Amino acid sequence: MNKKVKKKIRWKVYIPLYFMSLPALIYLFINNLLPLYGLQIAFRKLDYTKGVFNGDFVGFDNFKFLFATSDAWVMTRNTVLYNLLFMVVGTVLSIAVAILFNEVRNKIASRIYQTAILIPYIISMVVVSYLAYAFLSSESGFINNGILKVFGKESISWYTEAKYWPFILLIISQWKGLGYSILMYLTNIMSISTDYYEAAAIDGASRWKQIKAITLPQLKPTFMMLTILSIGRMFYSDFGLFYQIPRNSGPLYSVTTTIDTYVFRALMKLGNVSMSSAAGFYQSVVGFILILGSNLIIRKVSKENAIF
Amino acid sequence: MQKRRKISSNRRWEIGGNIVMSILAICAIVPFVLLTISSLTSESAILKNGYQFWPKEWSLDAYAYLLNHWKSIGNAYLISIIVTVTGTVLGIMIISTFAYALSRRKLPGRSILIFILIFTMLFRGGATATYIIYSQIFHIKDTIFALIIPGLLMNGFYVMMFRTFFENSVPGALMEAAHIDGASEFKLFTKIVVPLSLPMFATVGLTLGLSYWNDWTNSLYYISAKHTELLSIQAYLNKVNETIAFLANNDLGQPVPVESIPSMTVRMAIGVIGVLPIICAYPFFQKWFVRGITEGAIKE
Repeated sequence: MNKKVKKKIRWKVYIPLYFMSLPALIYLFINNLLPLYGLQIAFRKLDYTKGVFNGDFVGFDNFKFLFATSDAWVMTRNTVLYNLLFMVVGTVLSIAVAILFNEVRNKIASRIYQTAILIPYIISMVVVSYLAYAFLSSESGFINNGILKVFGKESISWYTEAKYWPFILLIISQWKGLGYSILMYLTNIMSISTDYYEAAAIDGASRWKQIKAITLPQLKPTFMMLTILSIGRMFYSDFGLFYQIPRNSGPLYSVTTTIDTYVFRALMKLGNVSMSSAAGFYQSVVGFILILGSNLIIRKVSKENAIF
Repeated sequence: MQKRRKISSNRRWEIGGNIVMSILAICAIVPFVLLTISSLTSESAILKNGYQFWPKEWSLDAYAYLLNHWKSIGNAYLISIIVTVTGTVLGIMIISTFAYALSRRKLPGRSILIFILIFTMLFRGGATATYIIYSQIFHIKDTIFALIIPGLLMNGFYVMMFRTFFENSVPGALMEAAHIDGASEFKLFTKIVVPLSLPMFATVGLTLGLSYWNDWTNSLYYISAKHTELLSIQAYLNKVNETIAFLANNDLGQPVPVESIPSMTVRMAIGVIGVLPIICAYPFFQKWFVRGITEGAIKE
């Protein structure tokens, strides 16, 4: 009896908390759960007269069509390879630079460096495409006019020559994102106790030896976290990078189409909802498996860094 | 002797660090310099020599041209400001109240709420399904809600950041005392938790605001070509990107003759006015923004 009364009072206390969760739950329902329900259109024939979710069930037909095209292979290859490329280059560069950044003792200088390297990170990809265009435009771009012409070289039509694009996209992705990952590693480096370095210095270890023996091993947690997160995102790409920077140029599709740009183009430009939803389903499921898998690895390696 | 060599070795590292960081800082800034100078170059100089860091002929024509089209640009700024402010305020309210509920350890059903949050963070419906839901069920196309609601309003990661902050940085004893004094959960939140968490509000608010200001994808999906009054500044940049002809015909049915468009420089000038507000505001929010990044780094 007594217990029951107590319980009643407790519920009353918690009502405001449920009330406070309500907007978020409604939003999650609309923005996240309903689209999951919507994934079923990948298994249906689209029929607007019946309503989008009532088309005839066609099983894996949409997927059969999708994987019969070369697009499926191209977009999967591009998405995964670009992710691997960005991950490896980005990790090496940001660790190397963060270590060097940590050597800068002057407070004002390091503040200026930090401000500058983060600017690319805070601007949108649309603006980046304007910046890239100023360099790459074939008629008026700086590279053709200010560099190649000066050295007597032929102009290059950057926006139609596919072979340069893996390199261009690598440079732009690093230009934009490096400031962020440098800061992540720098935070980690600055949290390393100075005792280690003092002890090593007394033992006569050179700076290089200290970096190898102390700094690099101590960066493991950040390295693991970032690497495993990027493995989890292996099937997702930065839509802005692959859509805005190549300016939707047809001749470049073979090296710039990722799953995200394919989904967009199939849906919005070609109106092919079936292909688009099949590709989207493919991305969701493989992406989910990759995230679960990578989280499983985090839990094995360092439990406190696991997301769940 | 031994000591002097050590110092000079440290000095060498410091010089090396400064050199590398200077190069990176210059690389980060140079494209903006080229963009700005190109927008201040005369059209004929660009036709002859392309975009240059030091042009033969300067000109303000591009800005004069934009000034003549201030209506569409001013409108785009207005949309960006409305969307950013509304989205950020709404978002931060939804995120912080939810995070507060999740931070109350004794809340019955808390683990279910956390499960829902994490599940939705991990398993995403993707662009197509989201688009179909918003356009077919909620009929959000060509409304301002399309710029505020899809995707951006709430991010599970921010909920987690807030929750961790509430759990670790708001003194439990203080909460307990207020609770005994009869304060309701709602009072606890508004009178104790919020005032103690202002740095977190600033950090998440600015990060969220930045993602609203920079967004152009919602517009790409949900705003159709004829609804130019709903273009944000980023979407405007994107539209210009797609076709410069848009500019010529857009201003309330007064088509400008194509040959009078100084397109090469105007493109760059539009880029400049697109990025200018962010660059100007950046020094003021840098501190909070950096906090957001480093807070994410030491998430345990």
